[in-house]
Amino acid sequence: MSAGRYSIGIDLGTTHCALAYIDSQESHEDHLVEAVLPVPQLTAPGSVMPKPLLPSFLYLPHPDEFRPTDLTLPWTSDPSRIGGELARAQGATTPIRLVSSAKSWLCHPDLDRRAAILPDGAPDEVPKVSPFQASVHYLAHLREAWNLNHPQDPLEVQEVTVTVPASFDPAARELTAEAARAVGIANLVLLEEPQAALYSWVNDSHGNWRGQVRVGDIILVVDVGGGTTDLSLIAVTENQGALELTRIAVGDHILLGGDNMDLTLAHLVRTKLQADGVELDRWQFQALTHGCRQAKEALLGDPDLGAVPVVVPSRGARLIGGTVRTELTRDDVAKTLVEGFFPDVPATSRPTTRARSALTQVGLPYAQDPAVTRHLAAFLARQAGATLDLAGFAAPVVGASFLHPTAILFNGGVLKPNLLQDRVLRIINAWLEAEGAPPARLLSARDLDLAVARGAAFYAHARHHGGVRIRGGTSHAYYVGVEAAAPAIPGLEPEIHALCLVPFGLEEGSAPVSPHQEFGLVVGEPVRFRFFGSNVRRDDQVGDLFQDWPVDELLEMEEIQTELPAEGRNAGDVVPVRLQAAVSEVGTLELTAIPSAGGEERWKVAFNTRGNAG
Amino acid sequence: MPDQKMTFVGRLIVGAKWTGRVIRRIAIAFLVFGRALWDTEYARAFNRGLKLPRQTTVPAATLDHALPDAALLLLGLLQKEGRLIDFLQQNVGDFSDQQVGAATRVVHQGCRKVLDEYMTIVPVRAEAEGARVLLEPGFDPTAVRLTGQVVGEPPFRGTLVHRGWRMAELRLPQVASGHDLTILAAAEVEL
Repeated sequence: MSAGRYSIGIDLGTTHCALAYIDSQESHEDHLVEAVLPVPQLTAPGSVMPKPLLPSFLYLPHPDEFRPTDLTLPWTSDPSRIGGELARAQGATTPIRLVSSAKSWLCHPDLDRRAAILPDGAPDEVPKVSPFQASVHYLAHLREAWNLNHPQDPLEVQEVTVTVPASFDPAARELTAEAARAVGIANLVLLEEPQAALYSWVNDSHGNWRGQVRVGDIILVVDVGGGTTDLSLIAVTENQGALELTRIAVGDHILLGGDNMDLTLAHLVRTKLQADGVELDRWQFQALTHGCRQAKEALLGDPDLGAVPVVVPSRGARLIGGTVRTELTRDDVAKTLVEGFFPDVPATSRPTTRARSALTQVGLPYAQDPAVTRHLAAFLARQAGATLDLAGFAAPVVGASFLHPTAILFNGGVLKPNLLQDRVLRIINAWLEAEGAPPARLLSARDLDLAVARGAAFYAHARHHGGVRIRGGTSHAYYVGVEAAAPAIPGLEPEIHALCLVPFGLEEGSAPVSPHQEFGLVVGEPVRFRFFGSNVRRDDQVGDLFQDWPVDELLEMEEIQTELPAEGRNAGDVVPVRLQAAVSEVGTLELTAIPSAGGEERWKVAFNTRGNAG
Repeated sequence: MPDQKMTFVGRLIVGAKWTGRVIRRIAIAFLVFGRALWDTEYARAFNRGLKLPRQTTVPAATLDHALPDAALLLLGLLQKEGRLIDFLQQNVGDFSDQQVGAATRVVHQGCRKVLDEYMTIVPVRAEAEGARVLLEPGFDPTAVRLTGQVVGEPPFRGTLVHRGWRMAELRLPQVASGHDLTILAAAEVEL
């Protein structure tokens, strides 16, 4: 299929979505024609307004709540589902009908992500949608917005990049790709968000990026969005005299972001108000959270401000006299936000974890430690050996307890204030100094809210029209669990060995890999395999079998499963197969079972996104 | 991109059956009305302006009826974001300055947000207030109002007393046909 006229980048975020594009037909090498699509959305009943960001919220209204005609969009839409700004505003007062953070649910390992489970905890009467359907809804909204403005060049046939967190597991990536296919996107690739942020930086440098980095640089991308913290390391390497970028490591999925910070401040201010005998209802608390966010941004943006007033309007029409005035002080922000989320800790500190109570409701696995800097320290320490195999990199300093980054790129709305950027940079540089390493430089990025969408559009363009590419392949090595052949002992689980199925860094579109070991599949019955991933074991080869491993190196993921259809065989027969893995051009991991006896038959091995609990 | 925005805005306006001209005039009229209400000096100056002697006769004007929709929409936005109607409907005299001050912050923040989000307002004159300015013959008397010793022929030299405001771009939301704009703020009932 010929390339479409436009190269499109879609940031499918936890709290916001955005679509950026490059007119590839009108662009040439040193001048890219790029823009961000204004997305028409309901901002109030009966009122539609184009905005650069589409809030990732879905509101499921009561049939009597709105007149259907007040929910019309410039395209045919379903009045039982409201997206965007009105959804967010309406959900502030009626949270039981609001679907939020669908993306975080999309990678929840213990739940069926295709089951209608959202809004979480809503009464039975409220209709529900699945995390997958919510993602489809946001993408469909962006598609309609695009097609309204570009009727001659529908989204379906353009080159589209959809971003995913670097920490998304293969199953969540697969679901994202499926959601994109469900809205008709034919030419799709997935891109990790921190990579997109780096592409945006490369694009903004207009070719000068080569002057700002050199071979041997290790760029740490710190992306703190509304709901998640995403970390990646990208090394600057050389290939035939040209600079190359290689993504060498990604962090774990950390549910910690700006929303936590604003909520923390709002709780602090509410406590102050309670001490004065002022009680706020839910609506007012929402207004307080909003006010705290603005006050926080003002305080972080201007070091001379001592305090910023926060006003909470009365809910009724009695505005004067009913409005509560309080203030957020520099001290509040410094103690709660800066010390709470970005504490000055040594490089040896680690996030605290507490055992979850056995009766925990199944909710989102929010990070237990709110300190971004502790998560950073743990990530860098875990990846201390990430550059060992890279050509052009000096061996790590003897005694280095963590990987030493040489440059830092910040992304995400939380890190907009220079004060926070400076602080994180200063803390990391103190760690570096303690180990005798030179300080890391700051790579200056612009437009931290839209960088991911813009970087994704740049990537879609570069794929077809030339330009720098970040290499990397899979961010994990993957393993299947095989039972050791041993005499059964009553009461003891058979020992599990890990068979390496996918090596670390398997690149998109490269030849499939297949361990030589055979498995017996029972015809007509679903067969499940335990599945493991590791983001540190870089040297394991396909077919390597491990009897034991350091407990924190292999993380068990959801099971994978396959079923051989009974046609042409006797149910219950055992067919010997080999497993094969490949990374598709889209960027998803594809597992297949192929008969050892040869033949053309192939069976898909699927990620069990229905949850391990069931 | 700019032309794309124009076609979008164009579609927006046609779809809602208004012309851009009328919307802009209504909004300006609304702002002038509001300012005249609050600013005595402005109102007086405006009055003086209306009494300027005319040198030639002008044909009788065709007066358009301003469509109420844009005014209602704007009032609705100012209420939603800035609680303007709540504020104006209360009797300020019953409250202390501190209480009025707290409420004013809500009104200011919210109305400011409406100005930022839905319109681009720029000064008519780029010079700083107090600067000497030169008005060439044929200047637009709608955009620049003369005061004081108004005698002689242009070019005029004078001091810029107020920079003026011009609506550079108005981006009002699209409205679904049949939507009742007379409801400036819905009553709320918590179940």
